[in-house]
This record gives sequence, structure tokens and C-alpha cells, in this order.
Amino acid sequence: RLPVSTSRRSSALLSELESKLLYLGREYPKGGDYFRDRLRAAFARNKAVEDPEQIKALIARGEYVARELEALYYLRKYRAMKKRYYED
Amino acid sequence: LSCKVLSSVVTPCYCFVSPQIRVKPDNTGVVTDGVKHSMNPFCEIAVEEAVKLKEKKLIKEVVAVSCGPQQSQETIRTALAMGADRGIHVDVSGKDYENLGPLQVSKILAALAKQEDAQLILLGKQAIDDDCNQTGQMTAALLDWPQGTFASEVSLEGDKINLVREIDGGLEHIKINTPAVITADLRLNTPRYATLPNIMKAKKKKIVTVKPADLGVDVTSRLEVLKVEEPPQRQAGMKVETVEDLVVKLKEAGRV
Repeated sequence: RLPVSTSRRSSALLSELESKLLYLGREYPKGGDYFRDRLRAAFARNKAVEDPEQIKALIARGEYVARELEALYYLRKYRAMKKRYYED
Repeated sequence: LSCKVLSSVVTPCYCFVSPQIRVKPDNTGVVTDGVKHSMNPFCEIAVEEAVKLKEKKLIKEVVAVSCGPQQSQETIRTALAMGADRGIHVDVSGKDYENLGPLQVSKILAALAKQEDAQLILLGKQAIDDDCNQTGQMTAALLDWPQGTFASEVSLEGDKINLVREIDGGLEHIKINTPAVITADLRLNTPRYATLPNIMKAKKKKIVTVKPADLGVDVTSRLEVLKVEEPPQRQAGMKVETVEDLVVKLKEAGRV
């Protein structure tokens, strides 16, 4: 999938990132399928990138999205519990 | 301290994924087929606290326990992915599982605590499917251990535990001896997300399956559910044009 010039470490990180995002995206509010399709499109769009600096930046952005998803899920759960069980 | 954490009885998924919770046609309960089950949110907080204590090297080992059918093992796996060391699955299925309540679970926990020589039991304050808020308290009573319920802060001081409890009217600071039972409230901590790599690693950790009979526990229920009903349908509201209209309508309804 990746250009031959990309280092092996990058491609390992990339496939880890993709599977992490796929797993996290299953509970996305707009639907797991919606997220999965958008994720695949995003990875396909950037497939031809060769510059290692750019790849690092894209991976960093992927990690950021992963952290945002975790925060989203946590807040959603916290707010649901707070609303149900606590009178404010 | 070797600490035991209850990763709760498998509970239905929460409403923000909006499944329609429906009452069974014969009014004996709620439809659970096809409803996604996952770890009770308050128990997630309990597991997180246990893992935090282990990371601070204050306790030796975290054991996650769940009572229920085969799917409970997935809940235990989530706890293992969060950092628990091993799991115990108490296999209860079918009719026994439908009737499983706090009394039976606390008997099971008490038996396990003695068997595993646990010093601390951490659980969620209540399960979001039955909202009983009884298991922790009953477990402490069965073991004759002190209890710290609705904990929003926990710290260990030697062989004692300092606790801040959320109570009506504010916060209560108590100090209890170990061994003890603690139930977690919403603000105790922020549970970590069980990420895919951690779940993979957790597959290597052991889950042991036992039956309640092995622990000498009788799970027959002392309760019989007579009827389960849906709440009354929300009535449509009425629009009024002026404040005078509103007062007239309120008087008619006998509310003023």
C-alpha cells in the first residue's frame, strides 16, 4: 500500500494507527460505518505521500483524532450519568 | 494489599446510543436480547481506581470479577485491558442470571474475597440496569468489613484508608480500617479507555471460570418480580396565547 521509500517503522505505525482508529470509531455518534468510510477515504487520499516529515505530521494528526475520540466517549458517558443520577 | 475489583454484572448499553428499551409483552421484565451489554460505568471508575492504586505501588494485584453468562468474559477482558492482572468469571446463566440480584452477587463476592484473601473490594456504587445500590453494602455486611460508599476520593495511609464520601448536603471525610469495601461514585476518577493494543495484551492474562456452587453460594432469588410496566406516556402540552389564559388553565387543572 505504501511507497517503497517509506521506512518500515512508519508503515508499522501507520497500520497500528489505522487499526486503532477503526476500533475507536465503532461507537462514533454519526455511526461506525460513517466513520469507517471517512477514515478509509482519508488514508487513501494520503497514500502517495513520501516526505517523512509530512508522514510524521499526518500520523500525529491521526493520534490527535484518537485522543479526541476517547475524550468524546468519556464526556458522553460522564454527562449521561450526571444527568441521570445527579440533581444540579 | 491484594485488591479485588468487581467489574460489574454485565449491564445493558446506555441511552445515548439510543436503543429503545422495551418492556416484554408479558410484563415480566425488559427486553435484553440484542441490546448491547457493557461494563457498568460506575464499575469502570472502580476498576480505574484499583489500577491507579496498583500503579502507585500501594496494592499488589488487581483481580476483576464478573458474574453472568459467557458474555461477561468480555467485560472482564475490558477490565484486564485497563490494567487488572487477572479475572474471575462466575458463570451464571439463564433463569439464574435473570434473577441474579445484589444479595446473590454479594454472597459470591464475600466467598471470593475469603478464597483469594483480598484486602480491598472496589465496586461501582450501583448498576445502571437495576439501580439497587446494595451490593457493596451487603458485601461489607457479609464479611463484617468496614465500608466506604459513594467515594469521591480514596487514599491509603498505612493500613487505614482515608475516604471522602459524597453525601446529601456535601462531603464526608472518614477513615476506615482494612480490609474494607469501597464503592465508587462518579467523580472518583476518569476511567481510561481500553485501547486496542491493551486489549490484545490482555488476551494473555488469565480468566478463571467458577460456578456459584463451587463457592458454596446459593443463587436462588428471594424476590419475585410481579410486574414491569413502562412509564406513563408523556402527555402533549398545550399552548396558550396570554398569561391570563395560562392562569385560567392552571385553575381549571386545580393547580392554583
